Amino acid sequence: MADITPIRTAAESALIDLFPAVRASLPGDSRMALSREAAYGRFVAAGLPHRRVEAWKYTDLRALLREAAPPAAAPDAASVAAAAATPGVLAGVEAVRLTLVDGHLVAGLSDLSRLPAGVEATSLAAALGTGHSLVGRLGQALATDDPIVALNAALMTDGVVLRVSKGTVVPVPIALRFVRLGDMPRAAFSRVLVVVEEGASLTLFESHEGPDGVGHQANTVVEILAGAGASVDHVRIAARGTGAVDLSTLGVHLSAGTRFATTAMVTSPALSRHQVFATFAGEGVRASISGGAMLTGRQHADTTLLLDHAEPGGESRELFKHVLDGEATGVFQGKIIVRPVAQKTDGRMMSQAVLLSEGASMYNKPELEIFADDVQCGHGATCGALDEDLLFYLRARGLPKPEAEALMLQAFVGGALETIAHEGIRAVLEDVTAMWLAARR
Amino acid sequence: MLEIRNLHVRIDDKPILNGLSLTIHDGEVAAVMGPNGSGKSTLSYVIAGKPDYDVTDGEILLDGQNLLELEPDARAAAGVFLAFQYPLEIPGVGTMSFLKAAVNAQRKARGEDELSIPDLMRRVKGAAERLQIPQDMLKRALNVGFSGGEKKRMEVLQMALLEPRFCILDETDSGLDIDALKVAADGVNALRDPSRAFLVITHYQRLLNYIVPDTVHVMAAGRVVKSGGKELALELEANGYADYKAA
Repeated sequence: MADITPIRTAAESALIDLFPAVRASLPGDSRMALSREAAYGRFVAAGLPHRRVEAWKYTDLRALLREAAPPAAAPDAASVAAAAATPGVLAGVEAVRLTLVDGHLVAGLSDLSRLPAGVEATSLAAALGTGHSLVGRLGQALATDDPIVALNAALMTDGVVLRVSKGTVVPVPIALRFVRLGDMPRAAFSRVLVVVEEGASLTLFESHEGPDGVGHQANTVVEILAGAGASVDHVRIAARGTGAVDLSTLGVHLSAGTRFATTAMVTSPALSRHQVFATFAGEGVRASISGGAMLTGRQHADTTLLLDHAEPGGESRELFKHVLDGEATGVFQGKIIVRPVAQKTDGRMMSQAVLLSEGASMYNKPELEIFADDVQCGHGATCGALDEDLLFYLRARGLPKPEAEALMLQAFVGGALETIAHEGIRAVLEDVTAMWLAARR
Repeated sequence: MLEIRNLHVRIDDKPILNGLSLTIHDGEVAAVMGPNGSGKSTLSYVIAGKPDYDVTDGEILLDGQNLLELEPDARAAAGVFLAFQYPLEIPGVGTMSFLKAAVNAQRKARGEDELSIPDLMRRVKGAAERLQIPQDMLKRALNVGFSGGEKKRMEVLQMALLEPRFCILDETDSGLDIDALKVAADGVNALRDPSRAFLVITHYQRLLNYIVPDTVHVMAAGRVVKSGGKELALELEANGYADYKAA
């Protein structure tokens, strides 16, 4: 493959030209500048991922990303007011709110001065500018040469650095709201670093929102470093803003005895990729990774997991549900690596899809790489139409066909939301599911 | 009154019902018996409107309305209820939310107001007590992990809540021990009413000791070949279906 040098696409060329144009304005010291330079070099060498790159086999960004949107400017007062005027997806849930407009943390829409004890938060731009002590830990949860992560590492403009100090139990969720504005497509490269120290506990919620029908492009990387015995719940939702391109990476580094649960739900973006890199870096880690997508039209959503069991006694549970209508495409790739020392690893992965139309497609690719001999690992994938017998049973009880289907689909997707411990957040995701189903009727 | 006239039904081009005619009057409990493969379950599914069946001739009239022209949910709203031989499990759908959805969908279809949650709860609770259905079963996903007897009692509970005009019991006795059978039969008997008719499908006479029919009909090769009173069931129990298989 090394001898294949594809011709640069328009989007690729624009992204390659972007870095030299903006590098002087990107935050950080000279060391950070070198790190950006190196990441840029990795992206230039790899280019946009395409179907010959195994990890991107079903999401050919070279073909799917026609143009690269210009980077969004820092929000002006009108943008901030517009963001403030729309309630966020999590508006009804008590939370500490941090709002990023077009990729920039907006202090006026964030509870920075009302953080719970033991929680420290600052904008990434400020952290890079002042040489914050946590800056050195950027990238620690992402031992990958993924080109989209490299692009983010080169161009990350702003975001959040969050620290939960040792033993702190954060009483309410911390909600990161990413709002995109404007009628012209713009790009944002955001990075969030979350350090949850030993024995601390945090619920982190991310919502990604934007206007319908605008091709905003987001490349967001969230890194979570969980100290020994920490407990982290994470929920991500992309449910507002049709037409958007949502490239998302979650890097998780889990120390001994941590409990980690993450759920990601996609309904709105035209093109999305959510990739999770999780390293089980200590003994006895318990992790649950779940989510799903509800898609129609020509939407394309890819979920790709790479779970690296590097220490013994880890437990991982993955459950993903896709509901595909129209000509939508769903992709689930899940790779579980069990290293030689990671004995007694217990990993189970399941992907289930319901296809509601002839034109919808689902690609499932589970992979196991097991180098230890005393492990339990399993995976499964199902793909099919709604159960006709069940549908008849519900209709025979008086439910009209659309209602019967909605009830079945709500229950189907609900299975992937059960691991969300926070009831208010789970209810928000259930509402998003119900709204998608109502729109379908 | 339910009238089935000259019903011909095929599945995958294979004839199952061949000119079946049967009339069941209001207040009547009609038992349909017959050997395996005689078309009993097909009859119940065709009345309820299951897809996959090709009705090539005949009609099914409920109070003069041709059910064959209605979708399954419209038939339910018109008063048809099928208690399934094998009730389906619906993971993720709580029993109470299912009951609420079903009751209110039918009320809506008939132009009635939705039942309030307290009203619904009261009705469910009353019916559940009569059928010895414990409260915690109502909190679980519908039929998931229920025993055979629990599933059948849940069917009767739904029947009680939905107050149908015409009830079909498809082998409600299958898989039930004698105690469970009595509870289910008592539940059905409590619903007997001059304005309500029942079609009870069974292999064995045993169920008819508990749900005593007004009429008994023998099916063979997709038709009713003999009709009589409840004594016909006893005769079948003694002599078997051999006389009818040839018919």
